Amino acid sequence: MHNNGHANAEGHGHDGHGDHGHGAPESFIRKYVFSVDHKVIGIQYGITALVFLFLGFCLILLMRWQLAYPEQALPVIGRLFGVTRMPEGVMLPEFYNQLGAMHGTIMVFLGVVPLAVGAFGNYLVPLQVGAPDMAFPKLNAASYWLYFVGGVIMLISFFIPGGAAKSGWTSYPPLAVIETAGQTWWLLGMVFLINSSLLGSVNIITTIVQLRAPGLKFMRLPFFVWAQLVTSLLLLLAFPPLEVAGFMQLLDRVAGTSFFMPSGLVISGEAYTGSGGGNALLWQHLFWFLAHPEVYVLILPAMGIVCEVLANNSRKPLYGYKALVYSVIFLGFMSFVVWAHHMFLTGMGTAISTFFQLTTMIISVPSIIILTVMILSLWGGSIRFTTPMLFALAFIPMFGIGGLTGLPLGLSVADIHLHDTYYVIGHFHFVVAPGTLLALFAGIYYWYPKVTGRRMNDTLGRWHFWPSLVCMVGTFMPMFVLGMAGVSRRLYDGGATYAHAQDYLWINQLITFSSWGLALAQVFFIVNFFVSLKNGEKVEDNPWQGTTLEWATTSPPLGHGNFEAPVTVYRGPYEYSVPRAKRDFSPQHLKRI
Amino acid sequence: MLIPYDNENHPVTGVYNAKLGIWLFLASEVLFFGAFFSTYILLRIGAGGVAGAWPLGAELLNVPLATINTVILITSSLTMVMAWASLKLGKVSKFQIYFAATILLALAFLVIKGFEYGEEFSHDRYPSTSTFLAIYFTLTGVHGLHILLGVAVNVYHLFSAKALYQENPEKMVNRIEVAGLYWHFVDLVWIFLFPVLYLL
Repeated sequence: MHNNGHANAEGHGHDGHGDHGHGAPESFIRKYVFSVDHKVIGIQYGITALVFLFLGFCLILLMRWQLAYPEQALPVIGRLFGVTRMPEGVMLPEFYNQLGAMHGTIMVFLGVVPLAVGAFGNYLVPLQVGAPDMAFPKLNAASYWLYFVGGVIMLISFFIPGGAAKSGWTSYPPLAVIETAGQTWWLLGMVFLINSSLLGSVNIITTIVQLRAPGLKFMRLPFFVWAQLVTSLLLLLAFPPLEVAGFMQLLDRVAGTSFFMPSGLVISGEAYTGSGGGNALLWQHLFWFLAHPEVYVLILPAMGIVCEVLANNSRKPLYGYKALVYSVIFLGFMSFVVWAHHMFLTGMGTAISTFFQLTTMIISVPSIIILTVMILSLWGGSIRFTTPMLFALAFIPMFGIGGLTGLPLGLSVADIHLHDTYYVIGHFHFVVAPGTLLALFAGIYYWYPKVTGRRMNDTLGRWHFWPSLVCMVGTFMPMFVLGMAGVSRRLYDGGATYAHAQDYLWINQLITFSSWGLALAQVFFIVNFFVSLKNGEKVEDNPWQGTTLEWATTSPPLGHGNFEAPVTVYRGPYEYSVPRAKRDFSPQHLKRI
Repeated sequence: MLIPYDNENHPVTGVYNAKLGIWLFLASEVLFFGAFFSTYILLRIGAGGVAGAWPLGAELLNVPLATINTVILITSSLTMVMAWASLKLGKVSKFQIYFAATILLALAFLVIKGFEYGEEFSHDRYPSTSTFLAIYFTLTGVHGLHILLGVAVNVYHLFSAKALYQENPEKMVNRIEVAGLYWHFVDLVWIFLFPVLYLL
């Protein structure tokens, strides 16, 4: 059942890439497609998520054309989308709405979370806790395939009559209930994705709690593992209410219930025929009960990655490891009681607004502690400016901007002006794009040698890093200006028909140019990623001189089973530059330093 | 490859992996049903309670049948514990009787539930009729799906138990314990569901 016996029978130094059939009794399909090895599943998650990130990026590039040049034909490729989407190359509003809804959905649920939790969590957590695999290998595979099916459902929905979901990634009713069939597909896809993350989070938590190597006490866990633990708890507890909301919206659409449909609703001049009596705000409460913790699901693994890279490349222990751990736990807890700051303008009442405004201010405290710890960790270190380190360093100010610009949104008075403007878009993209994505890139460059046994090219890495950073700022920083000028989000023409937006329309073009630059910068990453698979510099087992347990095995790790012999842990995760030690790093699994 | 603590208890946490896993799953289930109950509360308050547009459950629903179902479900939890205890003591045939009884009681619950649904439909009461009926059908329907899932898993265990018990008794006992924890939870949900929907 658990592939007994084959794991340790495999020899040294080959996992599977290009190394078919070294004593492995399994078929190709069993080993690479329907594998239960957490490393293979992690790679599957990673590749699928990167493809979805690319796709989500393409969707926004199409939208950016329309925003910069409203209702002008998109040259060359515009006509390829057909008359139902872009007749004569000019984007229809319906298609714009599909792109907007699916960009958000794909980026959040199919791109960033699967990459941060599915790929990095799956691949690294068992290695960093010294376990042979996840606690439930088959559930792990099931989790990936549920995600895969959910993604396919989302993609198919583009090609059904009426196209994909058009009500934004938030799918607010009543609009979402009366939309075309694409919304039903969206809801079905979400059910698969939610169940996928349920299985994944149960697995990650159990693995961390139960499978830690002897000596690996909780306070000796790498911070990345802590981040994954809290992230998984959030996924475990926050997603079920969205699943409930999804079921109810599905029933509203197909069974004629009125969970979210109030009485007396008039749609396109006609009275709504359902029973009424429902509550549109109920959806928003259930949705944001998930979606606010979801924001921390996006950012915590990124913080985990950054801390690993910072400690390794500044060659000193993280400053205030315990403060980090307590902060991330408190952050996770608080993220459950801030959700209604997304709803200040719904008329839910000032008493409730005041409560959520207060909790929102409180939650910024642990975030600031984490950022401060990152900055102080650099103090006095002998910093190596490797490619992953560049990305990790850039994360700190970029996430700082993203976080601090959120504070005015958390104040219910300032939010009256800023709500649903481009300011909000700028704020959360600063958190997720220059924040989380830079961290995820840092993680890819940092652990690529672990996964493949080869290093990614440093020159191409720098060519990827600098333009990406500049273009990300060029893309998202002007959005704050647009938003403060009062330009609303989700406008098909980017504000061209609004008097108050006229002076700011040039900003739309600036943003679009920046996003093209950002797209070009990614070419260096894509080329680097594939070329390094074959031609990258071969590395030894521990190329970065790291201390944590994933470097205690070969690169790439042994077959199913990870470690040649069970590992024991003797010290904390970041014992760099220990006085009187032979080397400037003291791995966790070695008794003598 | 062997996963540590797959079968034996972890010295610190005191549980084996699957037991922690099922508790975590049940925690998410609490939030799942919690969201439904929150919906119920919000819709009911929005309708102005029973003084307003919200109907009294007992006037629309069949309380005697639901009471019988409550007894059936509690009894099935009892037979579930007896099944687990019997297996733990090594009495496999006794386990099979108790476990089969658990499955039959669950099926009886579903049949009675089906009669209740039929009665509602015969009075032209559908999920689309009112928000009370919408939440009634949705909550009991989702709970029914949980029962059905439990039956499916338990039937599998019933037929695979003897062979696996001979091969690895501890693992089989653990599987039944995990199935039991799930079963008690589903039972517990009904204990909340029954008064909320039928009596209040």
